Amino acid sequence: MSVKPASSNRPLSPFMIGPYYKPQLTSMLSITHRLTGLALAFGTIFIAAWVTAAATSPEAYGQFAWAANSIIGKLLLIAYTWALVYHLCNGIRHLFWDTGRGFALKSAYASGYAVVGASVVLTAVIWVAAYL
Amino acid sequence: MSLRSPLSQARGLGSAKDGVGHWWMQRMTAIALIPLSLWFVFSLVRFPLLDHATMVAWIHAPLVAVALVLFFLAMFYHAALGVQVVIEDYVGNEGVKLVSILVTKFALFAFGAAAIFAVLKIAFGA
Ligand code: HEM
Ligand code: HEM
Repeated sequence: MSVKPASSNRPLSPFMIGPYYKPQLTSMLSITHRLTGLALAFGTIFIAAWVTAAATSPEAYGQFAWAANSIIGKLLLIAYTWALVYHLCNGIRHLFWDTGRGFALKSAYASGYAVVGASVVLTAVIWVAAYL
Repeated sequence: MSLRSPLSQARGLGSAKDGVGHWWMQRMTAIALIPLSLWFVFSLVRFPLLDHATMVAWIHAPLVAVALVLFFLAMFYHAALGVQVVIEDYVGNEGVKLVSILVTKFALFAFGAAAIFAVLKIAFGA
């Protein structure tokens, strides 16, 4: 429905990725939240395939399990685990921001480093636990 | 009373009026996903996942089946809302935007329905 108004040629800020803005921890974590969100959304296809295989037959499940257990399957699962844990930790950071707190430069950086650290540690804990 | 000018109303500009609802549901589903996804991941690491019988026996427990359904509802809803925002941010062409949103929503709801149906089939199966 919308028609471009005459005023739409007013100046816009340049696109976020490119030569115009210096990469910083905060903006990189922001775009990573977006990328992990997209990756997780794509990964839901495999979660659906996994339970569907289980509901179909032991043979179908066996095929899925074989693929998941291959080297590539395992690497993808580790990547998915990290994406989930990162997005979860940074999502909590977002929800905290939504209360209006934590925006001071120092706290934004502190919570940012905490998210990076926690996402790596939790991914490692999950995969070590899986093999214990 | 509307704060929009008559001209902008005639041109069909302005919000689609469901922005707050969208934003709020993204947060509600996010909060639900904190315990649900942690429960999901830490349940999976506890048993031999590659074994069909173990997996089916696990889903057979009523509490597990209900938790899985809740997890899938929250996850697919949250994903559909989230991907929509990303498309709206980067796709300029109205037609392409509309089709992309339709396709991702249909796909995510279809996968969600399949996942939930699979859980129920196992849970109700003998
Ligand atoms: C490399 C630099 C940048 C990156 C990677 C980046 C990334 C992002 C991402 C991923 C989002 C959406 C998700 C979120 O809320 O976290 C976002 C939102 C936004 N960005 Fe940026 N951005 C950058 C620079 C900028 C700059 C320089 C401006 C302002 C001139 C800006 C203004 C905004 C605004 C207004 C929003 C919407 C916030 C909201 O919906 O609550 N960004 N940015
Ligand atoms: C499990 C599967 C999940 C999927 C598929 C998923 C997917 C997405 C996607 C696609 C977005 C949009 C990203 C953007 O606008 O930049 C998003 C945003 C968001 N997610 Fe998730 N997510 C998942 C789990 C979680 C969890 C566990 C949390 C827990 C806190 C969470 C919290 C958030 C929040 C707060 C936002 C909004 C961020 C913003 O303001 O831009 N998500 N998610």
